[in-house]
Amino acid sequence: MAIKLPIYMDYHATTPLDPRVLDAMMPYLTTKFGNAASRNHSFGWEAEEAVETARKQIADLIGANAKEIIFTSGATESNNLALKGVAEMYAERGNHIITAATEHKAILDTCKRLEKHGCRVTYLPVTASGLIDLDMLRESITDKTILVSIMYANNEIGVIQPVAEIGKICKQKGVLFHCDGVQAVGKVPVNVIQDNIDLLSLSGHKIYGPKGVGALYVRRRNPRVQVTALMDGGGHERGMRSGTLNVPGIAGLGEACALCRKEMAEESARLGALRDKLKDRLAASLDEVYINGTMESRLPNNLNISFAFVEGESLLMGINDIAVSSGSACTSATLEPSYVLKALGAGDDIAHSSIRFGLGRFTTEEEVDYVADKVIDVVRKLRELSPLYEMFKEGVDLSKVQWAAH
Amino acid sequence: MAYSNKVLDHYNNPRNVGALDKHDPQVGTGMVGAPECGDVMKLQVKVNPATGIIEDAKFKTFGCGSAIASSSLATEMLKGKTVDEALEIKNTVIVSELALPPVKIHCSVLAEDAIKAAIADYKKKNSVGNHAAAQVAQ
Ligand SMILES: Cc1ncc(COP(=O)(O)O)c(C=O)c1O
Ligand code: FES
Repeated sequence: MAIKLPIYMDYHATTPLDPRVLDAMMPYLTTKFGNAASRNHSFGWEAEEAVETARKQIADLIGANAKEIIFTSGATESNNLALKGVAEMYAERGNHIITAATEHKAILDTCKRLEKHGCRVTYLPVTASGLIDLDMLRESITDKTILVSIMYANNEIGVIQPVAEIGKICKQKGVLFHCDGVQAVGKVPVNVIQDNIDLLSLSGHKIYGPKGVGALYVRRRNPRVQVTALMDGGGHERGMRSGTLNVPGIAGLGEACALCRKEMAEESARLGALRDKLKDRLAASLDEVYINGTMESRLPNNLNISFAFVEGESLLMGINDIAVSSGSACTSATLEPSYVLKALGAGDDIAHSSIRFGLGRFTTEEEVDYVADKVIDVVRKLRELSPLYEMFKEGVDLSKVQWAAH
Repeated sequence: MAYSNKVLDHYNNPRNVGALDKHDPQVGTGMVGAPECGDVMKLQVKVNPATGIIEDAKFKTFGCGSAIASSSLATEMLKGKTVDEALEIKNTVIVSELALPPVKIHCSVLAEDAIKAAIADYKKKNSVGNHAAAQVAQ
């Protein structure tokens, strides 16, 4: 079967809408256009019913109660609401927040802003595996700590943090635990009860739902958690998030969660096998390839790999019929290599050579084979061009070379 | 980012890839950049000592497509030039020839630096080089 080009293998960035999700949304984009807050007529009632169905579908996926789901415009907003909302609501209790160096910018930049407003933030380092050290977390908690925010799975390297242990520590110490679950929800089992998560962010477009819709789970008992709203308005969503609800988006998010719940086990087994095939083929045909982050605790659909002596952007250029991303500085607007890969401590050169493959629901084995062939071919070609590979082959220790700085 | 056709052409068909014997007195080798910065360029020239003309040039580059194209183009420009003419090559020529966008200007600067470093190495190895340097100074 001829495969269709270009191939999309960047599912951590976003996912296409599942056609079944579109079907679930369509009525609310057309005939059922009511405002879910309209209490006096059937247009409002059917919109409200759709919203409550979605709330239940989301809650079921993460082991929560429907009442604990707050709809937002996406995970960036969910993360902002969780951090800023807790910082303000619990300001009397303390001002210290703990997070990790490898979090998404929606967490890190929110923390930066909170620091300007009197909060103190600890950024935990990660080990070469990409995971935080639990003892370090324990020791960082003080009587001023109000919140720990650690992501479930990393968007670049896919590593899964020891969330259940983190939740346990937070519960013991009596601090709230927020988890950015964007990359994990729908891909691996997430359960807010078992994991002792107090606030959980998720996003529609990472799980085959629409863009511009997300949710924040806010625990209602043991303990009852509250967040101060970011925006003032009609007091929707239990006063925590004002604004007329995006009913079609919410219906889509709900359906996307229901599909994930139904198909997760099978899908993750399939993608894990394909990902391993890709990894094994690359490692078998090429020398000097390095996996970034541990394989022991990782999303089944993620492969982040560095092809030493080959610069990432030049590799992307050679595989331009494959959509993937790189941690290379040359691909970023700031000309800085990935801060996530730098945090692993492997050296900037490894970040410059990294490629992130994200497999997903519509990835086929033929695509994986095509990608493996193409990447192997282009890496070989670029190594022919690489002065570093030449030196490596001559036995030069590159770490000992005096580079002319510029 | 969209690449210019010239960049794509040099990337897909790089000119003068390879290595010259760096111990040959006729060969000047320049290596600039650093792996941590994501770019390393190695550029070599082979000079006819009698005429001072660059008869061969080779490169290898670790870097983005624009860096590869800049060094590939540089080797083309070098061949047939005298050592002193080579020193006149400015990165701006590379920028306009390859239609590089502003974020890629430093890739062309690296190519200019590599040319200068290769010529400097050749001159260091050869008294002919010192003679040529004197001519430049006039
Ligand atoms: C881990 C993580 N958190 C937050 C976000 C932001 O999500 P959204 O695009 O819904 O604002 C993303 C997606 O880019 C992500 O990968
Ligand atoms: S080498 Fe990094 S942008 Fe060209």
